Parts: sequence; structure tokens; C-alpha cells
Amino acid sequence: MLSFILRRLGTFIPTFIGVSIVSFLFIRLLPGDPILLMAGERGMSAERHAQLMVQFGFDQPLITQYWDYLTGILRGDLGISFKTKRPVWDEFFALFPATLELSLCAIVFAVVLGIPAGIIAAVKRGKWPDQVLMSTALVGYSMPIFWWALLLIILFSGMLGWTPVSGRISLMFFFPSGTGFMLIDSLRSGQAGAFASAVEHLILPTIVLGTIPLAVIARQTRSAMLEVLSEDYVRTAKAKGLGPLRVNGLHALRNALIPVITVIGLSVGTLMAGAILTETIFSWPGVGKWMVEGIGSRDYTAVQGGLLMIALIVMVVNLVVDVLYGLINPKIRR
Amino acid sequence: MPLLDVRNLCVDFRTANGLFRAVDGVDVQVNVGDVLAIVGESGSGKSVSMLALMGLLPWTATINADLLHFDGVDLASANTQQRRSIIGKDVAMIFQEPMSSLNPCFTIGFQLRETMKAHLPLSRRERQSRAIQLLEQVGLPEPERRLKAFPHQLSGGMCQRVMIAMAIACKPKLLIADEPTPALDVTIQAQILELLLDLQKDTGMALVLITHDMGVVAETAQRVSVQYAGQKVEEQGVRDLFANPHHPYTHALLAALPERATSRQLPSIPGVVPGQFDRPKGCLFSPRCTYAKDRCFQEVPVAAPPALGLARCHYPLVDGIAQREVS
Ligand SMILES: Nc1ncnc2c1ncn2[C@@H]1O[C@H](COP(=O)(O)OP(=O)(O)OP(=O)(O)O)[C@@H](O)[C@H]1O
Ligand SMILES: [Mg+2]
Repeated sequence: MLSFILRRLGTFIPTFIGVSIVSFLFIRLLPGDPILLMAGERGMSAERHAQLMVQFGFDQPLITQYWDYLTGILRGDLGISFKTKRPVWDEFFALFPATLELSLCAIVFAVVLGIPAGIIAAVKRGKWPDQVLMSTALVGYSMPIFWWALLLIILFSGMLGWTPVSGRISLMFFFPSGTGFMLIDSLRSGQAGAFASAVEHLILPTIVLGTIPLAVIARQTRSAMLEVLSEDYVRTAKAKGLGPLRVNGLHALRNALIPVITVIGLSVGTLMAGAILTETIFSWPGVGKWMVEGIGSRDYTAVQGGLLMIALIVMVVNLVVDVLYGLINPKIRR
Repeated sequence: MPLLDVRNLCVDFRTANGLFRAVDGVDVQVNVGDVLAIVGESGSGKSVSMLALMGLLPWTATINADLLHFDGVDLASANTQQRRSIIGKDVAMIFQEPMSSLNPCFTIGFQLRETMKAHLPLSRRERQSRAIQLLEQVGLPEPERRLKAFPHQLSGGMCQRVMIAMAIACKPKLLIADEPTPALDVTIQAQILELLLDLQKDTGMALVLITHDMGVVAETAQRVSVQYAGQKVEEQGVRDLFANPHHPYTHALLAALPERATSRQLPSIPGVVPGQFDRPKGCLFSPRCTYAKDRCFQEVPVAAPPALGLARCHYPLVDGIAQREVS
């Protein structure tokens, strides 16, 4: 198992270098002078321009710039935000818990509903539960995020008035952020109603962000289960007189989970892309919204750092998925 | 009263080309402690009839029977709860493919203890010690270590032993062994069969042995049921069957043995078992039968009296000579 993890880590490093090169070239390949681009219409004096060129290192040859960038990453230095003049690293990690909280809720939502839906569809193949579940999944999968978000907002916030439309918690609550996770912080604050308010704010963004992964997971679970249900060992489990919950939910699902976990891992990439839209729609103060704002205000160092970090996170999640894979399927270990 | 009493069992599969009758009016009776062998060429519905009894057929199958009794319980009308308390406990089955019949994701021990957990009032510790005892009983060395192994770490013969241990874990009254040995090498085949027969003698359980192997039949069974194209064509005690087969199909099977009953393979008879689209009008065996007369191609035969081995034939053989019509 250990050697399996080490081998997997070996492929991590080249990927990491590739990702760092892409995010590095992102700014430098834009046509024109990066400082002027970032300055936008405001313009600036020649001295200020020269000073910034040196400060951001644009006066150095590309290879030196890349080396500084790479060693910077390893030290946790992603450069200085052009707009706020604060380290990009700090900005990212101040906002990241919000994104993480939303993404985790979305993935839990997708897994908790998607896997049972897929199992039921597979076991009832061809009958009405299968048809209803799979057509719903298809609709969910093809629904554009912003359109889906608007529909939900109109229904739940506008017509029913059940859920708020923006932010992470009602403005009446104020407490220092400890962990950065609003659910935990609001509980710890001890203020009455704070936790409920945090939950209310999470519901719609979670549904919006979790819908596509939910559909993907349900469909993958169904097809993996269908494949596994005709296996001999499932027949053996039935021949032992085990109940359907144990036959389908343990013997079949355990084997079907292998492709499902891959899909869950892959959907982290989709989730990050979705988070950018979802956070913008719901004014969710996470890294997605921050990057969109960074693009708007031409804060390219921030965008560059955000890209790199998100890519890294997706890579780490995929690594974890591979390790889980080995844990679930004893044949892959060794 | 027989332990297992099945009358007129029919199984139809829904296929892309309409219904396919894989089992056509089969009767099976097994008494307590009996050893019944079911023989027949590939595709004659041996597995399907036993899977039907166990309730293990896929959803495309429709099962009909006049009688489907096990140990006094009507399996056809029993609810799923009742069936599940019988299946795996009083009737157990082992399958053709031992390697793929064990779940690759769980250890041998888990899969073995699970059966006991479902049916027996044993504590965790008792289940563990019974699991060890079972593996010893089926002749697996180092049982404690094997319990922690995954199926892919065992050989085919070992997997089949584990399957047998699992099947006898709850001391079944009937064990159905569906060609337990085909993919294994000859010495291991013999060991597994010997094991099954020893267990049968020790525990007094009834054994239904599905096989291709006439040698096995001669050595093991008390009674033999011969199936052809989904029908039972003959049933006799093993000595009588070898001495005096009444159905031309049985006769052909035995005649084709190079040295009677020593071959390891089912002997080949010219022609093939009819499938879904080429079912003859009269007797299903008529196209391949050397004794067939006009009537055989026109009329469906019914079973002859027990004295003639219930042969499903218009002109059953006696001492190798076709008799005048029975009815
Ligand atoms: N799920 C299924 N759907 C359709 N037809 C099936 C199905 N399972 C079995 N059959 C058909 O039923 C017939 C009987 O099959 P069965 O497996 O009982 O044969 P068998 O006598 O056990 O043969 P073998 O000796 O090869 O195991 C075959 O023609 C087979 O193609
Ligand atoms: Mg078979």
C-alpha cells in the first residue's frame, strides 16, 4: 500500500510542474505589457511603471521569473495582489474555507442522494422508478447552473420566502471567524439562531452546485450496479438468503463503488468550475467569486494564484481518490 | 414425503426474439439423504431448473410449476421472508464458477461468517470458531490465515472448498452442486467430489449433483435424472440406468462412452441440442435418434411408466431393443 502511494506521488510531481507552467504563462502570454494591462484605463507615470516592473519581476528573463515563481510556491508565496497589495496566498486562504464548506456540502448532497438513486434505478431497471430517476438525472445534468439557480431563487426565495438569496449568514449575526466554516463558527458563537441562519444560507447554493454531480453520480452508480448485479458473487449472496439491502447495498455496491468514486473525484473539477458561477450568483464570499472579481479588476496575480491553487486542490483530491480506490479494491493494492 | 418435490417445472426467458422455454415440464424428487445426479448436454436446462428452485434467476425469467415443495413448504406461495429463511440455510447451492462466485471485495472469513450471521443464533466468537472448523472440514490448511485472505489470493480449487464450507455452514438438508469441478484439474476434481460425498455421508444431507461427467455419475449417485433440451427424458437408479437405459438419448450417451463410464467428458452424439428456433414438432430428440419412426416426428411423447424409467419416448428401449408402443 505504501509503495502504491509513493508511486502515485511520483506522477504527482510532473503534473504539478505542468500546472505551474500553465498558470505562470497565463499572464505573460497575454499580448501587451502586463503592468499596463493590470493598470487598465487608469494609466500611470513612467517611473511608477518601471518601479512596478521591478517589483513584479517582469524585467527579468522568463526562465528566472519562472524559477522565482516556482520556489515562491514552495515557500507559500504566490506574489502580491495587484489590487489589495496583500499576499495572494493569504487572500486565498482567508476565502477558501467558504468555498470548501460550500463544495463539501454540495458533494455530500450529491453522494447522499445520488448513490441511493443509482442503486434503486439499477435494481428496478426498466420499471417506473428507474425511468423517473434517470429522466430527472438527465434534466439535472443538462440544466445550466445560472438558470437553475434563478429558478430556485424565484421559487424558494421569491414566491415562498423560505431561503435567503445571498451571503453566508444573516447580517444581524456577528462573531469572529474561527475555523472559517460558517456552520462550525455559528455553532461555537452560541448566538441563538446563528446556526439556523447559516444553514438557510447554504441550502440553495448547495443544491445548485450539487445538482450536476448528483446527476453524474446517480447515472454512474446505476450503470456500475447494473454491471455488478449480474455477477456470480451477487447470485452467491442471494443464495445465502441475505436480504436485498445487504445484497445490493453491500455485496453489489462495494464492487460498483470503484467507478463511482472515480466519478466523485473527477466531479471535484466540475465542482470548482461550478463554484465560480454559484458563488457569484449567491454573493458567496469564496475563492470563486474572488477570482471573478480578480478578472474584472485585472488583478492577474490573484487570478494566477487562484488558478494554481484550484488546480492543486483538484490534483490532491484525485490522489486521495486513487488511494481510496486501493483501499476498496484489494486487487489494486500490492 | 420427499424432501424436495417439484412437479412440471417450466421456466421461460423473455428474450429479444420472444419467449424461450429453457425448462419444460421437469419433475424432481429428492428424499432425505438421497444423492441425485442430473446429467445432460450443455444447454439442457440443468442449471436453470435448480436456479429456479432457489429463486436465483434473473428478472427476465418466468417460473411455473404445479408443485414446488421443499420440506413441506410451498416455495411458490411462500413470501420472500420465508423463502430467505430456507434458501442458504436448509437448501444451499454451489456454482459452476468458484472463482467468480466469491465477492472479490470481502475476505473469506467475512463471507463465511455472514452466512451464519443470517441464519444461526451464534455469537461473534462462535461464528469465528465455526468458520475455522468449517475450513478444516473442507480440507483447507491454515484456516486462520485463510479467513483473512481475499478470494484472488486463493486457487480455483481452494475457492470451491470455501464455497462448499459456506454452503454447509448452516447444516443444510439439501445441497445442490452445479458442476462443481469443470475448470479444475483432474486430481482436484476428484478431491472435491470425494469431499462432497464424505460430507453427504457424515451429515446425511441430500445432494443434487449436476454434472457432465458420466464417470462421476457412476461413482457417486444413487439415482440419475437425464435432461435433454429442457425436458427430463429419463430417471432411474444408477445401476439400472447403466445396465438398461430406456430412452434412446440415454442409450446413445452410454453407447458413446469409450469405455463405459470412465470418460471424464460427456460423450458426444451426432447433432446438437435444439435451441429456441429449431424445436422439432414431435419428440425433441427425434432428429438425432437412430430409432425414430414417423410417429416420433409428429407426436410429442409422454413419460413412460416408472418400470421403463419414466422415459419420455414412444418406443422405449429394453435391453437395447425398441419396444412396441407403450400406450
Ligand atoms: N438468463 C438467460 N436468458 C436467456 N436464456 C437463458 C438464460 N440463462 C440460461 N438460458 C438458456 O437456457 C438454456 C439452459 O441453460 P442452462 O444453463 O440451464 O444449461 P445447462 O444444462 O446448465 O448447461 P451447462 O452444462 O452448459 O451448464 C440454455 O439454452 C441457455 O442459453
Ligand atoms: Mg449449467
